[in-house]
Amino acid sequence: MQLRSPIAYVGMAGIGALLWLASPPLSGQQRPSATPQFASTFRAQRAADGHPDLNGIWQAMVTANWDLQDHEAQPPPHPELTGAYGAGPAGQSIVEGGEIPYKPEALKKKKANFDNRLRVDVSSDKAWHDLGDPEMKCYMPGVPRATYMPFPFQIVQGTSPYVLFAYEFTSATRIVRMDWKQEAPTDAWMGWSRGRWEGDTLVVDVTGQREETWFDRAGDYHSDKLHVVERYTPVSPFHMTYEATIEDPNVFTRPWKISFPLYRRMEKNVQLLEFKCVPFTEELLFGKFNKQAAR
Amino acid sequence: MRNPVRASIALLAAMLAAGFFLTAAGQGPKKYVAPKTPWGDPDLQGVWNDATSTPLQRPSNVGVGVLNDEEAEEFQKSLANDLSRDRRDGGNAADVNRAYNEHWMDARRLKITADRRTSLIVDPVDGRIPPLVTPSPERQKVQAARTAGAQRFAAGLPAHYTDMSWPVRCVVRTDVPPYLPTIYNNNFQIFQSPGYVTIAPEMIHSARIIPVDGRPHLNKGLRQWLGDTRGHWEGSTLVVETTNFRADEGVLFQGANPATFTITERFTRVAPDSVNYEFTVADPSTWTKPWTALIPWTKVDPAEQMFEYACHEDNFDIVHFLTGARAREKNGETVGQQRPAPAGGER
Repeated sequence: MQLRSPIAYVGMAGIGALLWLASPPLSGQQRPSATPQFASTFRAQRAADGHPDLNGIWQAMVTANWDLQDHEAQPPPHPELTGAYGAGPAGQSIVEGGEIPYKPEALKKKKANFDNRLRVDVSSDKAWHDLGDPEMKCYMPGVPRATYMPFPFQIVQGTSPYVLFAYEFTSATRIVRMDWKQEAPTDAWMGWSRGRWEGDTLVVDVTGQREETWFDRAGDYHSDKLHVVERYTPVSPFHMTYEATIEDPNVFTRPWKISFPLYRRMEKNVQLLEFKCVPFTEELLFGKFNKQAAR
Repeated sequence: MRNPVRASIALLAAMLAAGFFLTAAGQGPKKYVAPKTPWGDPDLQGVWNDATSTPLQRPSNVGVGVLNDEEAEEFQKSLANDLSRDRRDGGNAADVNRAYNEHWMDARRLKITADRRTSLIVDPVDGRIPPLVTPSPERQKVQAARTAGAQRFAAGLPAHYTDMSWPVRCVVRTDVPPYLPTIYNNNFQIFQSPGYVTIAPEMIHSARIIPVDGRPHLNKGLRQWLGDTRGHWEGSTLVVETTNFRADEGVLFQGANPATFTITERFTRVAPDSVNYEFTVADPSTWTKPWTALIPWTKVDPAEQMFEYACHEDNFDIVHFLTGARAREKNGETVGQQRPAPAGGER
């Protein structure tokens, strides 16, 4: 697997991120000024390894899990059953430039994904993964989706060459191997993550992701050629800027970028809890194979 | 095994009291001092493996205590024969089933512990789980329902996906404490950061994030599949208490009662490549007294990485089991009257 340096487009993207952070809200309520939110002079507290201390529980506040791109509020899948429960919030695109650069045929697939997002058919092993949003089926979400799901995650950074990312959603984890040469031995749901420090930024190169994960509930997807480069940059004691460059020549015409802030969870004694969702999806997946008279 | 082992209970008790069980081969009872993290906690970081063929409970054909060289070799051979499926003594169908399981078998699972005990249980000293308490009528009812489901599943006739165990359903696996060796994926990676020790069991991909900063447990009403864990250091030993287990039946070891079950685990690095994992479980509504086991964890070669163990995402077998059962029903098969279940795995 060839790992192309992301530096070329990150340079361009950096400017975009600044603009994105600086742009005033669309609501018309003016902020006092249009200056960047975070001082560029911020120097993060050091961890035992001498690098910025990213230990803690973090969470995104964007609504990109519903749609990476601009989206209006949406009703729940079954409003006749749940009313406003489960409805989706509106949100602004976290994609630099607003649009994901799909190849034309790939855009058709994305739309088909959306149309089939609530359908499931696991009666055949071969077609097992063909229908339905993987989130609905409680699959490990892959990267970057794990980062902007509406659940917290915890970073455990010690002195070993590993940094652990533990996500609340379905108790998914991934181990970031620092300064690691070995390529992904095989594909995995959370991929193969290798990290390095660039100044105060933790850069994580993610390859080897299973092709079946999606980016959001809007059907945005990728192939097994997905290559994600994430950048975690502390910008205050309570915030990080998260950026991810996404490359997949099978699906997109060019690499593209997302960015948003991550917020440190500050509640007293806050801890990562369990969201083990397998029992929530079993009836949907397996119920029709039960003996009808049972129970 | 023909010759019962003749080690004395008194000797075993004395060795236990002296903290003799330093598991690395050749280590004497000399005091080993574990390295410290930069923030001063004993350093347990690394990938550890708990595989062993030494059974949790002492088999009835061996004696109590520690084996001599000859006995140890015989014990290991006998256990490996029972665990290994490559035996060629059961006909073609049995051979194929065993070969399938053999493929997954962790080779470390075929060796007894370096300290040559006859059970992982160290208390009671007879190496056996204490007698069970007669369950209350309410618990008998829920356990009977669970057993009936398990019997339907074992007969190849599950009526419902809930007839399958939590591990088969990929809800929890060997990540529920206590950690016990199994056929495969016996790895545990320990991460540390100031105020936390985090254990990532390979199966299933969860992280047990253990605060060691003295904070209180979650309120009693907030229960979890893996419970709520707090740790503290006693000398170089990490002592871990876990509470707040969910009420689901069949998650805890031997069907223990989540309402009354307690567990304390102790992690002590006793050599550069060895951690002693000791747990004590108590449940007055399941066992007549608490019991304790000691399992050596061995450091894994750094070249051998822990890899993602996914489970639910490709759990095709759930559908196979259920559709197979529906097909058998059409054939007129019922529980107690069907073709024999194939020789299965360990779980």
